[in-house]
Amino acid sequence: MIDKKYIGTKLTPFSIVVEKQQLQSFARATGQSDPVYLDENAARAAGHRSLPVPPTYLFCLEMGSPNPQEIYELLGIDYARVLHGEQHFVYHHPVFAGAALSFAPVIADLYAKKDGALEFVVWKTRVEAEEGLHVADLKTVMVVRHEQAARPS
Amino acid sequence: MKIRRFDELQVGDALPELVTPPVTRHTLGLYAGASGDYNPMHIDSDFARQAGMQDVFAHGMLSMAYLGRVLTDWFEPSAIRSYSVRFLAITHVGDQVCCHATVAEKFLDQGEQRILLHLTAGNQAGDIKLTGQAAIALA
Repeated sequence: MIDKKYIGTKLTPFSIVVEKQQLQSFARATGQSDPVYLDENAARAAGHRSLPVPPTYLFCLEMGSPNPQEIYELLGIDYARVLHGEQHFVYHHPVFAGAALSFAPVIADLYAKKDGALEFVVWKTRVEAEEGLHVADLKTVMVVRHEQAARPS
Repeated sequence: MKIRRFDELQVGDALPELVTPPVTRHTLGLYAGASGDYNPMHIDSDFARQAGMQDVFAHGMLSMAYLGRVLTDWFEPSAIRSYSVRFLAITHVGDQVCCHATVAEKFLDQGEQRILLHLTAGNQAGDIKLTGQAAIALA
C-alpha cells in the first residue's frame, strides 16, 4: 500500500522552455493539419505570437522534468504497473512557442479501490509563465494495477 | 473556419466526427519521440508482454491529443478554458480513433458565455475508450 503520508508532498519544481521544433514534431505526430500549429508564419498571420501550444502539450512539457520518474521512485511504484486514469487541464492564458514555463507539482491524493487491487495516485501541477503569470493547472490520475493484468478481450 | 459566436451552437449539436488512420507501431514511435513519453509499454513489445499485456498499446495521451484536435479544428486556442478525459479502455495497434463532440450545455461563467462539450473517443467497432469534456468561451 502506498503511504498516505505523502499526500501534500511537493515534487521538485522545474522550468522548461516551449521549443518551436518540438511543437512541430508533436503536431505532426498527432496528425495535426492546421498550419497554425505547424508553421510560424501561418500562426502569426492568424494573430498568434508564435505557434500555439495545443491542448494536451502541457502534459508533455511536464514529462520534460529532470526526473519524470520522481513520483514513482518516491512512492515505490513499479512503473510497468501504471496506467493513466484521468487527465485534466484548466487554461487561464494561452501559451506559445518561446514561453518559459515553471511547473510546481504536488501530490494531491492517494487512495485504493477493489480491496487494494488498484491504487490511485493523483497530482496537481500549477503552471506559470514569466513573471508568475498563472497560465494553467493540470491534474493527473494514475492507476497502479496490483492484480494480474486483465486480458483484453 | 473556426466557430467564434455563442449563437452558432445549440445544446445537442454535434461537431463533425474526426476519424484517425489505424494506429501503427510507427505512430507510437513518433508520438513517443514528440511527446517525450518514452514508457516502453508503448514501444517495446517484449516489455509489454513481460508486464502482462498482449502487445504494445497506444498512449492514452495520444488519443487525448486526437480528441483535442476536434477542439483545435473548430475553436481558437485562446477560447479553450478546460479539457478533461477519463481513460476507460486501451487503444490497440490497428485501432482507429473515432472522436465525437456534442454541445451539452450553454452557460455563463466568470462573465463569459461558454459551452460545455461532451467528448468521446472510441475505436472503429464503437467501443468507447475515452470520455471527457471541454469548456469553450465564445463571443
